[in-house]
Amino acid sequence: MVGPLIMQFGTEAQKRRFLPRILSGDEVWCQGYSEPNAGSDLASLRSSAVDDGRGSFVVNGQKTWTTYGQYADWIFCLVRTDASGKKQQGISFLLVDMKTPGVTVKPMLTIGGTPAFCETFFEDVVVPKENLVGPLHGGWTVAKALLGHERTMIGGVGASLRALRRLKRIARETTRAGAPLLDDPMVAAKIARLEVRLRSLEMANYRTLAAAALGHAPGPESSILKIRGSEIQQDCFELAMEIMGHDALSWHDTAGAVPALETWVPSTYCYNRATTIYGGSNEIQKNIIAKLILGLS
Amino acid sequence: MHFSLSADQQLLKDSVASFVKRQSPITRARELRRDPLGYSRDTWATLGELGWLGLPFSEAQGGLGGSFVDLSIVLEELGAALVPEPLISSIVLAGHVVAELGTEAQRAEHLAPVVAGARTLALAHTERDGRYDPLWVSTTAARRGDSYALDGEKIFVLGGHDADDLVVVARTSGAPGELEGLTAFLAPRGAPGVPVSPLGPIDGRRAAHVTLRGASLPASARLGDEGAAGPVLSQALDRAAAAACAEGVGLTRAVLEMTTAYLCTREQFGVKIGSFQALQHRAVDMFIETELVKSASIRAAIALDAGDPVEAAWAVSLAKAQLGVGGKYVVQQAIQLHGGVGITDEHDVGLYFKRMHALMSSFGDEAHHVARVASSPRFTAGL
Repeated sequence: MVGPLIMQFGTEAQKRRFLPRILSGDEVWCQGYSEPNAGSDLASLRSSAVDDGRGSFVVNGQKTWTTYGQYADWIFCLVRTDASGKKQQGISFLLVDMKTPGVTVKPMLTIGGTPAFCETFFEDVVVPKENLVGPLHGGWTVAKALLGHERTMIGGVGASLRALRRLKRIARETTRAGAPLLDDPMVAAKIARLEVRLRSLEMANYRTLAAAALGHAPGPESSILKIRGSEIQQDCFELAMEIMGHDALSWHDTAGAVPALETWVPSTYCYNRATTIYGGSNEIQKNIIAKLILGLS
Repeated sequence: MHFSLSADQQLLKDSVASFVKRQSPITRARELRRDPLGYSRDTWATLGELGWLGLPFSEAQGGLGGSFVDLSIVLEELGAALVPEPLISSIVLAGHVVAELGTEAQRAEHLAPVVAGARTLALAHTERDGRYDPLWVSTTAARRGDSYALDGEKIFVLGGHDADDLVVVARTSGAPGELEGLTAFLAPRGAPGVPVSPLGPIDGRRAAHVTLRGASLPASARLGDEGAAGPVLSQALDRAAAAACAEGVGLTRAVLEMTTAYLCTREQFGVKIGSFQALQHRAVDMFIETELVKSASIRAAIALDAGDPVEAAWAVSLAKAQLGVGGKYVVQQAIQLHGGVGITDEHDVGLYFKRMHALMSSFGDEAHHVARVASSPRFTAGL
């Protein structure tokens, strides 16, 4: 998410400072977009950054759904630098070192039983001005460009292909009256229908990526990857649960209770209810396509 | 990797679009529904002159050596205006069989005039009991000296009402469902013992049932070696399925445009109905399915050109199954979003709806292709 943004909007110094460590994996980033009262209506965010007149911003506020914020070295944040005009206009894009005094991270458990989300609090956090990406008050444009990359990523075609393969293995290992479920035409047809949808999306993904390789940034059409991709991710694990039968009731802390292939499936099934919500809910994605591609308003 | 059209392909697309605009707008398809022929021999000749009928055949076969991708470009554009000329039946189905199995002399006599737009072909292959299995042929061909006697019934022979030659498929050996033993024959229109009963299918095109009762065809009418036509027939059916997808892409595109235009003009409660979120989201789902049908169709065309039969069959079935779900969704929701006017015969959306159903149900429906995906070696590869 943030790498392509720094490539597109960053200064030379920012590129030199951040990109090599993203590439090498030495620094892990988290995303500071959503706030308790800025979910789908992201532009109403209130975390503020105030110029202290000594070359820094002072950041105050709260971010939420900060995925794996407890492990991150840096956070890229949308902050309000001007509250006087239209709500989209006073937003800036700021990079914050998670070790800065005043940053507090509070992980929370998800329904999948994993601490995937965090609340991140900022209390008088001092951030040098050279960490501003793009123009002051011009963060909304940067934010939207990032969302295009995010949606393409969230489409998760590769992850779903892996999930589909695992699903087929589970169906092959699971038996009824001695016969693998994968040999049951009704089960095989359910899996094949899922594969039809996924393979079509795979080609749509290739089309988006090929366009990106020719220099076209992912545009509103990336929203279709997010919508169908998130649905398919959910459907893969839903079908896995169905095929597992009684084993679908297992939970990840009962090691050895179910075949190794099935471990974490119920947890992932639960957590994956998030896929149609995060990255802009699918309903928001549809609003975007309706407006920007179909011209409906 | 890229999926942009080459300069030549873009030119081809533009030429077809321009032809459609000038010579075959949707009003023409509407009028030809009432015509006993269902299309125009003059327009067929024009398509031949433009070179589009020779696209899928190699130069050695008397074609232009184009690709299936090129043919798909043509089919998509023609599909967008429901151009009714019999490309799939003449070129993709029967033409492919003659091109692959025919001798040079047979190709010169029976394929070259089709490529030129002077004649048409139809494939008499499907049997009721076989549903969509290309190898389920129980019609028999028994050798009697220098000729064959054919007995059996063929249904929904697309374009069979009028084709100058039928390509008739029969069994010279083996049982229905077996790959070995299928043989194809050329039967000229009006051949004794090959009565053709015209049909008017749901989409306003034309087809025929063909009954073979002791029809006698000379051994010289046989295409290829006895009993060896199975693989080419399977291939022809796969190509026809991919062609239906390419045409279906044009249909979904046209229907989506028509529907969004309607949402932007129709007013209720004092506002454009396109401002209602419930309708916007339905239109977006139509857009998504349009993109997915297109993506899957591109995969099928590329796989057919690449030539690996397992990969091609798999990609074609993925695409045809996607058309069965996505194409259906687009045309059904298009009617819903048009409201009552969408149910009237006067509105074009119904023409697209019915053509889409013909494309969905021909050359294997969704269930058939889903089952084929599940039985492909690709389904269990790498497990």
